[in-house]
Amino acid sequence: MADGYSIIMDTSKCTACRGCQIACKQWNQLPGTETKNTGTHENPPDLSFSTYKVVRFSEGKNGDGKPFWYFFSEQCRHCMSPGCMAAVEKEEIVQDDNTGAVLFTPKTKTLDFKATLEGCPYNVPRQDPKTKELAKCTMCFDRITNEKVPACVKSCPTGALVFGDRDKMLEATKKRVDELKKSYPKAAAINPDDVRVIYIVTDDPKKYFKYAEGK
Amino acid sequence: MTNHWVDLRNSDCILVMGSNAAANHPISMKWVQKAKDNGGKLISVDPRFTQTSAKADFYAPLRSGTDIAFLGGMIKYIADNNKFFKEYVVDYTNASFVVDEKFDFSDGLFSGYDKEKRAYDKATWAFKKDDKGMIERDETLQNPKCVFQLMKKHYSRYTPEKVSEITGTPVPDLLKVYEMYSETGTKDKAGTIMYAMGWTQHTVGVQNIRTMSMIQLLLGNIGIAGGGVNALRGESNVQGSTDQAILFHLLPGYLRAPMAAQQTLKDYHAPVPKTSDPRSVNWWSNYPKYSVSLLKAFWGDAGTPENEFGFGWLPKLDAGQNCSWLNLFDEMYNGKIKGFFAWGQNPACSGANSNKVRQGLAKLDWLVNVNIFDNETGSFWKAPGVDPKKIKTEVFMLPCASSVEKEGSITNSGRLAQWRYKASDPPGQAKPDGDIAVELMNKLRELYKKGGKFPDPILKLKWDYTDEKGHFDPHRVAKQINGYFLKDMEVGGKQFKKGDLVPAFPMLQADGSTSCGNWVYCASYTNEGNMMARRDKDDPTGLGLYSKWAWCWPVNRLILYNRASVDRNGQPWNPKRALIQWKDGKWVGDIPDGPAPPLSDEKAGKYPFIMTAEGFGRLYGPGLADGPFPEHYEPLECPIPNNLMSSQYNNPTIKIFKGEMDKHLTCDPRFPFVGTTYRVTEHWQTGCMTRWQPRLVEAEPQMFVEMSEELAELRGIKNGDKVKVSSPRGEVGCVAMVTTRFRPFQVGGVTVHQVGMPWCFGWVAPKDGGDSANLLTPTVGDPNTMIPESKAFMVNVTKA
Repeated sequence: MADGYSIIMDTSKCTACRGCQIACKQWNQLPGTETKNTGTHENPPDLSFSTYKVVRFSEGKNGDGKPFWYFFSEQCRHCMSPGCMAAVEKEEIVQDDNTGAVLFTPKTKTLDFKATLEGCPYNVPRQDPKTKELAKCTMCFDRITNEKVPACVKSCPTGALVFGDRDKMLEATKKRVDELKKSYPKAAAINPDDVRVIYIVTDDPKKYFKYAEGK
Repeated sequence: MTNHWVDLRNSDCILVMGSNAAANHPISMKWVQKAKDNGGKLISVDPRFTQTSAKADFYAPLRSGTDIAFLGGMIKYIADNNKFFKEYVVDYTNASFVVDEKFDFSDGLFSGYDKEKRAYDKATWAFKKDDKGMIERDETLQNPKCVFQLMKKHYSRYTPEKVSEITGTPVPDLLKVYEMYSETGTKDKAGTIMYAMGWTQHTVGVQNIRTMSMIQLLLGNIGIAGGGVNALRGESNVQGSTDQAILFHLLPGYLRAPMAAQQTLKDYHAPVPKTSDPRSVNWWSNYPKYSVSLLKAFWGDAGTPENEFGFGWLPKLDAGQNCSWLNLFDEMYNGKIKGFFAWGQNPACSGANSNKVRQGLAKLDWLVNVNIFDNETGSFWKAPGVDPKKIKTEVFMLPCASSVEKEGSITNSGRLAQWRYKASDPPGQAKPDGDIAVELMNKLRELYKKGGKFPDPILKLKWDYTDEKGHFDPHRVAKQINGYFLKDMEVGGKQFKKGDLVPAFPMLQADGSTSCGNWVYCASYTNEGNMMARRDKDDPTGLGLYSKWAWCWPVNRLILYNRASVDRNGQPWNPKRALIQWKDGKWVGDIPDGPAPPLSDEKAGKYPFIMTAEGFGRLYGPGLADGPFPEHYEPLECPIPNNLMSSQYNNPTIKIFKGEMDKHLTCDPRFPFVGTTYRVTEHWQTGCMTRWQPRLVEAEPQMFVEMSEELAELRGIKNGDKVKVSSPRGEVGCVAMVTTRFRPFQVGGVTVHQVGMPWCFGWVAPKDGGDSANLLTPTVGDPNTMIPESKAFMVNVTKA
C-alpha cells in the first residue's frame, strides 16, 4: 500500500440518518452522554473524549427564499502532515505508515492539550477531563488492519461515506466533483491533497460547518 | 408496495410525498441515490423541509391535509396537456368504461348520499352494462359519461390557482412538480411514489393514495420497473402482520372476516366478485379455494364437508360492527371492555388522543403488557398525576424475546418474506411471542375441556405447532401457512402425495383436499424447502429482482400487475427495463401476473389487472365509502372556515365521536395553528425500544416542536425555549425548534402556520424526555380504514 487509505465524505449523498455517529460509538464502545435538546437535531453538541464523530446540521435560506439543510459528518481528517503532531516528542501521537491513520496513544496525557488542539486546523482533539488523555477518530484502526471498513463507512446506507486506497479515493473524488459541478457550480472537495478524510460539498464549505475547511 | 425496495433504483422520477423516507426509512435512500446516480429526479412535497427534501432535486411545500387538492391538480394538468399514456390508459384502465346515467357529483357530494347515515348508497356509481352483462366501453374516450370524461370534468375545478389557494403551495412550485412528474407518462420513463403515514393518517387517507394511483395509471406507471404505488411500511414486519390478518375485518390472505348474517359457507361466498367478460381473469373467483383451505388449516380433520369445514366455528361480525382501533378504545373508555392484551405495542403513546386511551386503560379489569421493556401502557397506573390506589386494573407484565432472540419470517414493505435465525437466547424468563401464544392457548384448551359455552372452535382446532419439547416451532407454522395436500391426488397433470406441501396457490382446492393458512404465502415453503431462507444473489434481468433471495408474495412475483408493463403483443413498453416479455409462446422475466398469453391473442389473451373483477386498473373506483373519485375535503380540524372546493366542509362519511374526551375545534382562535406528527430516525415508533439506548437518546433526547421563524416571533418564542403545545384534547411540553424549514402558508388569503412534533417520547424514560404528541391528536378516522387523522389537527403554542 503505497499511499495508505482515505475516506470520502460526500455530503451530497448524506441524509443525516446518523448511522455513522451511532456506529462509531458502538464499535469504539463510547458511552452515550447526557444531552438536552437545545433547539437543534445536532446532538451531542460537540466532539468529546466520548464522541469521535458528530453529524453537523446547518440550515438557512437560499436566494430564492427556499430552505437549505446541509449535513456534515464531522471527524478527524487524518491529515497527511498532522498539525496535532507538532509538539510530539515520544510517540504520544503516531502516524501509521501503512494506513496513514493518525493515532492518539495513552501517552497523550502528557501532552499540552491546548497546544495540540491549536495545532489541529479542524479543532478535533478532545481531552478526558479526569485522565487528561486525548482522543479522536482512529480511522477504526482495529478494523482497517483486519480487512474491514471503518464502522461509520459500514453503516452508511447511501454511499456518502466510502473507504479505500487513497489513490482510488482521490480519483473517485475528482470524478464525483466533476459530476456535481454540472448541477452545483460551487461543488468542490475540501483540501483533498492535505487530508485523508475528504469532504465533498456542493456549496460554500462555511455554510456546512464553521471548521469544514479549517480554522 | 406494488414494487419493492431495490426497484426504486429503476425510476426516472421519484415523488416522496406523505413520507420523510430519509429519516424514517433510511436504507431506502440507498436505492433513491442509485436512481439519482442514473439521472433520475427526486421530488419532495411536504409541509416541512425534511431530510428527504434536503436531497431532492425539487421541493414544494403544502399544508397538511391538502394532498388531494395537490394531486387533483396534477390529474387536471396531465389530462389538459395530453401527458397521459394513451395506449395504456385505453387498453389497461377503466377510462373507457361508461358509468350509469344516474351517477352525479355536485358541490362536494356524489349521488346517493344519505345525510342521516353519513353514508352513500353506491347503486348509481355502477358501470353501464349491456344485456349480456358486459360493461359498455368507448375506446375513443369521448363519451361524456365515460370514466375519462367524468374524471376530466371532476378535476376541471382543480386549477393551479384554486389548488394553490387550498394547499398554500405557490403556483410555480405546483406547476414545476406537475411538469417534472408527468414527464414519466411515456413508454421509456418510469415514475414512482414513496408514501407513508403522511398520506394514510387523514380522514381522506385512502383517497389520498387513490389519487396517486390514478396518476400512476394515467402515466402508465403501474406494473413497470421503477414505477408503482409504494407504501413504506412503518415497521419491519407490518406487511407480514397485515398479510396474516392483524386487522379485524380480515382473515389471513385478505379474505373477509365473515358476518353474522352469513350463516353458511354459501352465504359467505355469495359476495365473491363475478364477471361476464371471458377476458377478465377475476382472480377473486378462486376465493372458495382459499377460504376452504384456510378452514382446513384451522380445524384439520375436524372440518368436514358436512360441517362446512368448520365455517360455523369462525367468529362473525355483527352487521355494521367495526372493531378498529379508535372504536376499540372508545369502547374501552366507555367501560365496555374488560381485558386487554397489549402485545408488542404501546397504545398509551401510539394511540390517537392518548389521554383518552390512558383513561380507557383504567376502566379495564386486567391488562397484559407483552413487551421487551416497561412502557407507558404497562405503567399507566403510576403515571405522573395518577393515584395507583384509585386504579382497579390488574396489570401483568410478560417479558418477551426480541427479534434476534427467536426464529421466523419477516415480511418487508416489498412483500419479501425473509427467514431469520435466532442469535441468542432471550434473557431471564422472557419468551418468544410464539411460545406465549402456545402456552396461552394450551391453558384455554385445558379450561374448555372442563366445560364452556362453545368449546368446539377451541377444542377442535388443529393444534400441532410445537416441537418435541413443547416449544413453538416456526417451521411447522410456516409449513401450515404454505399448505398441504391432504390426500394423494392429481392436480394439473401432476401427482401429489398426502402430506406434500402445495407448490403454489393455483393448486389449492375448494373441496377440503388441501389446507393453506394463507393463500398468498402458498409457495413460500414447499417440498423443495424453505423458500424464505434462500440467499442467492443472482439477478439475470439486471433489474434488481433478485428472485432467488428469500421469497416474495404472491408466487415470488416481485412487481405486481407486471402484465401492464408490456403492450398488447406482450412486448415491453420499455425494452431497456424489460420486466416480462412474451417470447416463443411463453413469458420470460419476472413471474407474470397469470400465465395467459398477451391481449393480442383474441381467444386466450387476458386483461392485466387480474385482481379487479373487470380486469382493468381503476381510474374510477366505485367501491370506497367516500366516492369513486377522490375529492378534497378539509381535515376535521382545520384552519380555514370554508372548504374552498365545495360547500361540503369535511369528508361527509367520517364517523364523528361525540364522547366527553372527543372535543374537536376548528377555526377556533384558541387553537390557531395546524399541528402534525412524525417520527425521527433515532427512535422506533413510540420509542419503547430506543428510549433505553443511551447513544440514541444522546442524539434525540427530548420532545420538541418545530416551528417557523415567523410563528416564533409571533409568540415571542426563541430557539430552545420551553413551550407548551395544546389541543382541545391535551397538552405536551416541548423544546422549541425554530427553523427555516417550516414556513407559513398563504391559504385562501390568510396566513396559516403549521408546527410538527414527534410521537416517540413518553414519561417512563428517559428522564426529562417529555411525552407523546398523540396527547394532542383527535379520535377521528378515515371512513374506509378508521386510521386516525394524526397528521392534521389544530393546536396552540405558548411559552411554558
